[in-house]
Amino acid sequence: MTEYVLQTIDLGISFGGLHAAKDINLKISDNEIYGLIGPNGAGKTTVFNMLTGVYKPMTGKFLLCGEDLTGKSPSEINKKGIARTFQNIRLFSNMSVIDNVLVGMNNQSKCGVVNSVLRLPRFWKTERSLREAARELLAVFDLDGERRVLASNLPYGKQRKLEIARALATKPKLLLLDEPAAGMNPQETAELMDTIRLIRDRFDMTILLIEHDMKLVSGICDKLTVLNFGTTLAEGSVSYVLNNPEVISAYLGG
Amino acid sequence: MQGKRKFKLKHFISYIVLFAALILFIVLDSVGVLRRSSLLLITQMSYSIILAVSLNLIVGFLGELSLGHAGFMCVGAYIGGFVANILYDAGMSSAILVFIISAIAGALSASVAGLIIGLPALRLKGDYLAIVTLAFGEIVRTIFKNLDVFGGAMGITTRKYGSDLFVVAMILVIFTVFVARNLIRSKHGRAIRAIRDNEIAARSVGVNVTYYKLMVFVIGAFFAGIAGVIYAHNTTPVNQSFFSFNYSIEILVMVVLGGMGSINGSIIAAAALTFVNVQLTTQLSGDMAAIKNLIYALILIVVVMFNNAPALAGVREKVRLGRLIDRLFPSRRKPSETDNSDNGTAAWDKIPTKIEMDALLSTDIIPENTADISEKDGDLYD
Repeated sequence: MTEYVLQTIDLGISFGGLHAAKDINLKISDNEIYGLIGPNGAGKTTVFNMLTGVYKPMTGKFLLCGEDLTGKSPSEINKKGIARTFQNIRLFSNMSVIDNVLVGMNNQSKCGVVNSVLRLPRFWKTERSLREAARELLAVFDLDGERRVLASNLPYGKQRKLEIARALATKPKLLLLDEPAAGMNPQETAELMDTIRLIRDRFDMTILLIEHDMKLVSGICDKLTVLNFGTTLAEGSVSYVLNNPEVISAYLGG
Repeated sequence: MQGKRKFKLKHFISYIVLFAALILFIVLDSVGVLRRSSLLLITQMSYSIILAVSLNLIVGFLGELSLGHAGFMCVGAYIGGFVANILYDAGMSSAILVFIISAIAGALSASVAGLIIGLPALRLKGDYLAIVTLAFGEIVRTIFKNLDVFGGAMGITTRKYGSDLFVVAMILVIFTVFVARNLIRSKHGRAIRAIRDNEIAARSVGVNVTYYKLMVFVIGAFFAGIAGVIYAHNTTPVNQSFFSFNYSIEILVMVVLGGMGSINGSIIAAAALTFVNVQLTTQLSGDMAAIKNLIYALILIVVVMFNNAPALAGVREKVRLGRLIDRLFPSRRKPSETDNSDNGTAAWDKIPTKIEMDALLSTDIIPENTADISEKDGDLYD
């Protein structure tokens, strides 16, 4: 059996009779950029919420590198290696840019409360190494110069980048991007595509993304799954999926 | 480089001021200048500061509204006083030793209470949690009122520590500030502030929200317990009526007045309000309680309005820069900044409304174009 980074098996959830997602079967291989598309209300974000533990799936399960993570809490799932961004940006807006990233790195430092409060040598050592790592990461996203700015004072595009940086700070195996291009102009979207490719290559990352922008989707995704009314409409390579008559009718309402 | 050094001084300024005050008071006391009432006032200020700083951990940094802080103090005062009585009865004569042991007992039992109240805090948010903590404070009071071991409605009679209690109290203030600051300025503090800013995002980056919420409640209660023990060694009898809901609100006022999420602010506000309070109590007779509360209410209203009204954004920016020099030379040199805050929601967003009642809905961020304001607040924790 080939090992997928993420495999979902008949994953599903319903809210009071409405099948928000049903029998979702995704198979994402290492280093792949996988797109999850579909009209509004198709259940894309619901899938993300199940994969990150915000919702507990009612049916099916999902495996990260072969390990069953179904039903675990969001923080546990993150520790196991799934990180995400949000459709509506959720930064720690009253904290500085670098602090946002440092929160993401929290689980990489083994410095207890006593160590921290008493400022023992271990505190300084871990703090220094975390800070260096955080600045390195910020530099990748060209945010190092603004590390002391409050996150809420960043321009929109940079907030998106910061959110990605924060997710990467947790050292995930799989990165989930929820509409990364939402609210961006064509130029910013083009930049974002470069960023996503860069993330994949540089961090050797597997990425699952939700997106409406077809240019972005067809530009960077290796494979696609189309959802409609909570069920899988089509899956496969980009050109196959986008030429699928059912997909076209779902999108155009034909 | 120079900026860096300045910033370090900023981190130590509270310790420097507190130590200086402590030494000053000790000297003045040994010379005999300080009156007894002044010493009493210093002690009262000290436990107010401890209460305000510890409540700030819960309200300002964790972002949960707690209206039962006096309840934790009550636990500390009763248990601390009780333990001190036992020790004195057992023939222990060293007051400082009795104080230390009773402080540990009082603080630990308050922590247990914090753990108990922290558990529902994991499930409740905002207003609901506030109501539970409010009820907790009242329940604690009622329990002590009805236990004969603790003197029933009369309260527990304790032995006063002596006139040098203020030294112990101020050392404990420094200890509290030390713990609170170092906790906040560590990875744990970042996690705590992250929960305040966006709990869902905090979970998504692996922050153990349950653990940190409990931790903050326990630590907050611990220090409230210490404050209670100081109170018990300062006042006799320790009566439950002191730890009423009003007193919890008084502490909250100190936190709000000083600025949520600002430890130095809490110190200043707690000291100032206690001073005002005690002065009013001693100067006014008759209906003074009513006037006192009136002044509290007015201060709270004015400060909250000043901190949040968009119309005052410009004024706020100027005052925020804080330094005397800036006030002496009203900043014409940064007109762009004031413009920014006037024309949009930018300044409004910058004022942290720390208690996010509904983290689920309130996080849509409006795109902004204020890239380059390297706020002084921003590097406070860097």
